Amino acid sequence: MEFFRFKNDIPFMRHALVFNIISLITFLAAIFFLAHRGLNFGVDFRGGTVIEVEYAQAANFDHVRAAIDKLKVGEYSVQRFGNAQTALIRLPLKEGESSAKLSDDVMGVLKADDPSATQKRVEFVGPQVGKELYQNGALALLLVVIGIVAYLAMRFEWRFAVSAIIANLHDVVIILGFFAFFQWEFSLPVLAAVLAVLGYSVNESVVIADRIRENFRKMRKATVVHVIDSAITSTMSRTIITHGSTQIMVTSMLIFGGETLHYFALALSIGILFGIYSSVLVLSPLVMWMGVSREDLVKADRKRDASGAEKILP
Amino acid sequence: MNRYPVWKYVVIALALVIGVLFALPNLFPEVPAVQVSTSKSGVKIDTTTLATVESMLKAANIPFRGEELDPIGIKMRFDTPDAQGKAKDLLQAKLNPDPKNPDYIVALNLQSSSPQWLTSIGALPMYLGLDLRGGVHFLLQVDMKGALEKSADRYTSDIRTQMRTEKIQYAGVTREGGNVVVRFRDGTERAKARLAMDKAYPDLAVREVDTAADDLRLYATLKPEALKRIEDGAVQQNIQILRNRVNELGVAEPIVQQQGSDRIVVQLPGVQDTARAKDILGRTATLEIRMVNDDPGVLEAAMNGNVPIGSDLYKDRNGIPSVVRRQAVLTGDRIQDAQPGFDSRNNQPIVSVTLDAAGGRIIRDISRENLKKRMAILLVEKNKTELITAPTIQEELGARFQISGQMTTRETKDIALLMRAGALAAPMEIVEERTVGPSLGAENITKGFDSVKHGFIVLAIFICAYYMLMGVISTISLTLNLLLLVALLSMMQATLTLPGIAAIALTLGMAIDANVLINERIREELRWGATPHAAIVAGYDRAWGTILDSNVTTMIAGIALLIFGSGPVRGFAVVHCLGILTSMFSAVFISRGIVNLIYGRRKKLDKISIGQVWRPAGTAGVPAKKHAV
Repeated sequence: MEFFRFKNDIPFMRHALVFNIISLITFLAAIFFLAHRGLNFGVDFRGGTVIEVEYAQAANFDHVRAAIDKLKVGEYSVQRFGNAQTALIRLPLKEGESSAKLSDDVMGVLKADDPSATQKRVEFVGPQVGKELYQNGALALLLVVIGIVAYLAMRFEWRFAVSAIIANLHDVVIILGFFAFFQWEFSLPVLAAVLAVLGYSVNESVVIADRIRENFRKMRKATVVHVIDSAITSTMSRTIITHGSTQIMVTSMLIFGGETLHYFALALSIGILFGIYSSVLVLSPLVMWMGVSREDLVKADRKRDASGAEKILP
Repeated sequence: MNRYPVWKYVVIALALVIGVLFALPNLFPEVPAVQVSTSKSGVKIDTTTLATVESMLKAANIPFRGEELDPIGIKMRFDTPDAQGKAKDLLQAKLNPDPKNPDYIVALNLQSSSPQWLTSIGALPMYLGLDLRGGVHFLLQVDMKGALEKSADRYTSDIRTQMRTEKIQYAGVTREGGNVVVRFRDGTERAKARLAMDKAYPDLAVREVDTAADDLRLYATLKPEALKRIEDGAVQQNIQILRNRVNELGVAEPIVQQQGSDRIVVQLPGVQDTARAKDILGRTATLEIRMVNDDPGVLEAAMNGNVPIGSDLYKDRNGIPSVVRRQAVLTGDRIQDAQPGFDSRNNQPIVSVTLDAAGGRIIRDISRENLKKRMAILLVEKNKTELITAPTIQEELGARFQISGQMTTRETKDIALLMRAGALAAPMEIVEERTVGPSLGAENITKGFDSVKHGFIVLAIFICAYYMLMGVISTISLTLNLLLLVALLSMMQATLTLPGIAAIALTLGMAIDANVLINERIREELRWGATPHAAIVAGYDRAWGTILDSNVTTMIAGIALLIFGSGPVRGFAVVHCLGILTSMFSAVFISRGIVNLIYGRRKKLDKISIGQVWRPAGTAGVPAKKHAV
């Protein structure tokens, strides 16, 4: 079996401008939704209480609301979670009140209403902890960006590093844009997925950058555009197969992983999809616009050859 | 050319043997067990206890499957949860005749049924996080500001008393935040006061501040080292209190530890009654000093159930009974410090106690009136009172006194800690709670496991179909990757969470990338006319650089999550990072080993089973012109 049979290199770069405009539009749309609707932060970042309650039969949400109304807890929400028997109750933070008591009170009134109510899960995050988780998340993102740029700049060349990080931050922003647009809950596992996607789609950029460098060496007479086209074409098969393989696992998580892993898997799926697009059609044009040349890469190689750090290729 | 030296195969074989050994315990199901342990220094659990427990179970006709004695205590295994429950109730009742003062902690537990020899080489199943086995996680914040203000309050009242007793003219003593401010109208009085304070309170830094000609002030602030000592002490004491309370809950493997400078994590796996857990953890304890009723005959009468009105019968930790009056002479907030030490005269272990000025006055009066009588020190918690010790008053006491008697150094340490605990107990607040019911934990395991299983099967079928024999090799190395990852997680006893299982699935999905890179590269080499052997060499060599680069960048993301992540996300990060390491080893090193084993020995190799290699028409076996150097 061989899915990809390209006789000639596909002239991706001829349409570079079109791709860049498409990327720019999706990117700006994502920014717009992020700014306009904002992320629907989960209890991890916003603080508050989440209670998952299971009933013996389908949960009666009117009863649940009526019971909680008695407690006067402010603005809360009740929704179906996974199946009809399970209700998810979100309660806001309350100034001055110790938190831990709240979930007990809620379970108290729910049990009084229907004795079959069982508490499956409670998550409470205080305002201070929520703020810290938020800051740590931002710091983690920053650390990943700096780490990757530094590594790629050292390993390749600054143009690749900058292009790769722009391409991949573009992915991250688009994932966040999706979460803002659909108001999906943004929780700690989703953040983990976003950072994993960042590391993962950089892979993609690395593979293409590697190939561009190699082609500069092999195809001495080809133009820059030709070199990039050839690199993309020859790695195309691998790109699709790899991402397809990862997507198989992620899809399995989407199907079997249940509610807890749902948004995690969703974030990964979007990331994988846009990861392909961005590496091929964002990174490469960027590298081209920034004016990468054979000398930039080959010079670096000569130095390496002299020190014997890297093999001379045929 | 495609041959591994023997040592490389030895490395692979060794890795696999170790991998299988350490992954093996995960295959054995967990069986219900009851754990008997103790938190008391005086109570020992040894083979005699084990024999007692066994005979108790036999007498009650409860069948058990196995027993184990380790440093933590005794673990009895049972066939059914029913027998487990019965055994727990039985042992709880028989081992602790006095339920108010239990010697043993009897807890339900789950034990791996893996054979003894595996356990003895240290091969244990993976350590499941609370979201997988159910339980409670609390993060408690110790209110340092409250603790420091409390201590400043005490200094304020002490300094005021000191000024009075030393007849120093002062205009006022107040607390401002964590500082004590003393006002004077006269410079010489202030100088006198400063000297006196420096001498009396080595922990305070005193400085002079002049706001107006007739408003001269002394600012007393805790020295940084004293501040740190108070803070550390407060956290340590609270941890100790929490441990004592957790023991009361009967949890098999509780975790109570410090996190950061002023937080405490409490994890109680398997606890279902969270309301009770919260109630017990959130309790406040106070220390009380009361007088012992030593009237002749009272103790004997009380032992026969005839306790005089206004008194109670308590036993201390060594089981010695005393009849104690209900009225408290002194409460714990008057105790400033209690430290274990040694008597300078006879080198006996002692506890030195420091009271504040008001407490000192009270104890002086009381001790003068009650010479040669006993006073009792009790820890009073909600509906539970514990007699810590009941020493005899030997002489008139002051603000500083010491408790001596037949105590071991460990006992003095415990008593000092308990006295301080009652005294200080900086307030705590739950700032994070994550509770997972046991059924949800089991559901999470199934969901995580199913995700990995189904994804893996589909992936394996696809890769085998697409790359033929090379795909089978890739699948084998992916399987070994999973094996090594599980073994590594078991070996390190890293906490496995649901996001951790997701990371296993994701790692497998990403690890195949390395094999895809290699296989695609080999196909490409074949396409441009390389011989099969050369194609294998070139495929692995050229793909290696790319694999390394891409794994390093993925690793950067993993490490960032490890540093900044907490709770479930850290679980993700740990598996993610370990998975990258195992996948580099298996996808490159092991898979090459298998390839060499299959193809390396054949001198004349004309075909690799890697699926169809498509060649552009007319270029078969000939490198395309544009690719020629």
